[in-house]
Amino acid sequence: MKAVGIILAGGNSKRMRELSRKRAISAMPVGGSFRCIDFALSNMSNSHVQTVAVLTQYNARSLNEHLSSSKWWDFGRKQGGLYLFTPTVTADNSDWYRGTADAMYQNIDFLKKRHEPYVIISSGDCVYKMDFNELLDYHIEKKADITVVCKDMPIGADVSRYGVVRMNEDSRITEFEEKPLVASSNTVSAGIYVIRRRQLIEVLERSADENRFDFVSDVVIRYRNVKRVFGYKMKEYWSNIANVDDYYQTNMDFLKPEVSDYFFRKEPKIYSKVDDLPPAKYNTGSDVSNSMVSSGCIINGKVENSVLFKKVFVGKNCVIKNSIILNEVYIGDNTHVENCVVESRGTLKPNTYYCGEDGVRVVTDSNERYLI
Amino acid sequence: MIKKEMIAMLLAGGQGSRLGVLTANVAKPAVAFGGKYRIIDFPLSNCINSGIDTVGVLTQYQPLRLNAHIGIGIPWDLDRNNGGVTVLPPYERSDNSEWYTGTANAIYQNLRYIENYNPEYVLILSGDHIYKMDYEVMLDFHKANRADVTLATMPVPLSEASRFGIVIADEEKRIQEFEEKPENPRSNLASMGIYIFSWKVLRNALIALKDQQNCDFGKHIIPYCFEHQNRLFAYEYNGYWKDVGTLGSYWEANMELIDLVPEFNLYEEYWKIYTKCDTIEPQYVAPGAHVERSIIGEASEIYGAVINSVIGPNVRIGKGAIIRDSIIMKDTRIGDFATVDKSIIAENCKIGNGAVLGEGEEAPNKLNASIYSFGLVTIGEDSVIPDNVHIGKNTAISGVTTKQDYPDGVLASGEAMIKAGDGE
Repeated sequence: MKAVGIILAGGNSKRMRELSRKRAISAMPVGGSFRCIDFALSNMSNSHVQTVAVLTQYNARSLNEHLSSSKWWDFGRKQGGLYLFTPTVTADNSDWYRGTADAMYQNIDFLKKRHEPYVIISSGDCVYKMDFNELLDYHIEKKADITVVCKDMPIGADVSRYGVVRMNEDSRITEFEEKPLVASSNTVSAGIYVIRRRQLIEVLERSADENRFDFVSDVVIRYRNVKRVFGYKMKEYWSNIANVDDYYQTNMDFLKPEVSDYFFRKEPKIYSKVDDLPPAKYNTGSDVSNSMVSSGCIINGKVENSVLFKKVFVGKNCVIKNSIILNEVYIGDNTHVENCVVESRGTLKPNTYYCGEDGVRVVTDSNERYLI
Repeated sequence: MIKKEMIAMLLAGGQGSRLGVLTANVAKPAVAFGGKYRIIDFPLSNCINSGIDTVGVLTQYQPLRLNAHIGIGIPWDLDRNNGGVTVLPPYERSDNSEWYTGTANAIYQNLRYIENYNPEYVLILSGDHIYKMDYEVMLDFHKANRADVTLATMPVPLSEASRFGIVIADEEKRIQEFEEKPENPRSNLASMGIYIFSWKVLRNALIALKDQQNCDFGKHIIPYCFEHQNRLFAYEYNGYWKDVGTLGSYWEANMELIDLVPEFNLYEEYWKIYTKCDTIEPQYVAPGAHVERSIIGEASEIYGAVINSVIGPNVRIGKGAIIRDSIIMKDTRIGDFATVDKSIIAENCKIGNGAVLGEGEEAPNKLNASIYSFGLVTIGEDSVIPDNVHIGKNTAISGVTTKQDYPDGVLASGEAMIKAGDGE
């Protein structure tokens, strides 16, 4: 592969509400057995990008734990490997990452020491599958300076929180606006970019000199008229997790056969850390319908239209409906959970009632746990 | 020089012929168990959980699946710079090359492997039991008694003792006598086929008996040590231990896992069982499906009903299908509206739409009544069962079968149809 990878995993958003307390968005559990960053990492690995740097800053403990070994994504190699860069104080820098461009600039030695001609930059907050070889071929064929992966959102979708782009008939990006008040198209940036390594070093150094720190607004948007910036449209599933509703919806999408087939059964697969959990167990009284159930779960009650992550315990006579139950949640007997996202390791007492009345409710209960 | 206090030698070369078509192409230790595991995962996990990081796995019969499963030992943390897991197949030598002719002969042929690690003690294990055991506790017992040989034993009901090798021990647990399958047992301590030897003692015995035909631990080495006034002790183990040597006991052990709080609990945090798993995706239970009293592996899709069953990873149960009291191993597809009762279906099978398995009255199996009994339907790996056929009890099927193989669409109870030959 002619490219190194960079995954921007520092992001956090207040719109994730209580879920952001524990971790960066990249470390959010997704699709039952995965973390958000697994998608970008697996895409890198499956595209034979051998060297990947993960840039992280916000509450990285959970992410660090997840990335404690690179072997799950097949990165533990003599050539290349997985690098985790958190901000460090050095002789000539004592700042946090002040933006995505700054994060890369602070680790510019990583880029300078590599020999691969290209860099693929991906957000760690997106759920998607992509062959970066095709993307790179496109980038080369277009003689582009920067290629931005784009996704057409459904007509009428609210795109005001994305970077909205317009391309000409040659796919060259003519307009690019971050979080526009009035969107000029329904094509959004997917947060995945290709750029030549030397070019990236040059623009990062220049931006740093000018005290500009954001990769999108200070590099991609700022240079769109002087550099050849192209859009590459992806047609398959793509979802960005930035708020609780997105998060809920993305997980619910996995209940659709076309989405779960695409991610879970079609090669190449998505990899994740292996937890050595026993198979899921359904006891007498379990009644599961249209739900994802992960390993280590024990179910004694009713589960409907829900996603249960690993090691969830559902007590007797419970009703779990339209909900996302994160890892290691214990739900006591006779409890009703509806339209909720239950934060990991939570313990819901028996005989309680949780319901998201207008919208998704985030439940972060950590009661004393009575083990069976 | 490298020195390990104790290394384990795991005997995994046996066919396990009493598992019938399940072991036609795989060695018994590589047969799937409990949804996502294979039988060998239990002794291997016990080793690493007991702090034994050097394990030699002796293979001989159909080792491909076993080799692929073990690899370099990553799932069990047995990929070590020093030690780790080593697969030891029989090999050719300049003089008399031979297969492993017996359990002790297999160890004898790998003396050099053991000597590389210069151990004080050697633990001998077999790859065909389901149990959790701390070998370190057994080693402490061995050391405390200044034993030369320690046999793991467990109490069995006196009525069943005549099926086992029985040891008679004094109050200090020193072994006084052996009885192999005695008619009138005088003790209820059965040998579990797990031994700790002081390496010097084992080495001497192996060399002394090197010309013994089919040299076996139970038949030759233990009696030899006993006759030569070595200190033999019986370590009493009181946990769950299940021999899965027959289809009946294999089925039963799987079914015990689905009890509310099973005696053998895979869900305990302590003493995890590790396995190589290629599938990590969650399973999907569709609208209209029904799952009760069952355990189900990763990435399986359930559209029908699953009751009282153990389902492996990446299995698909079609809509309207009913699975009861059955074991279905990974990658198998069950067609829509099929009915499967009390069956063992091995890996990567296809059961046609509307097929009915495990129907009617029992009849003794014509091919081998002692193997295919217990009322089970046993289907070997990679088999295909066509749509709408009816299959009786105590039956065995292996290979790609078509409608023509079923006169009137029926395979009666007691019949067997083995189409795939060895090594195909």
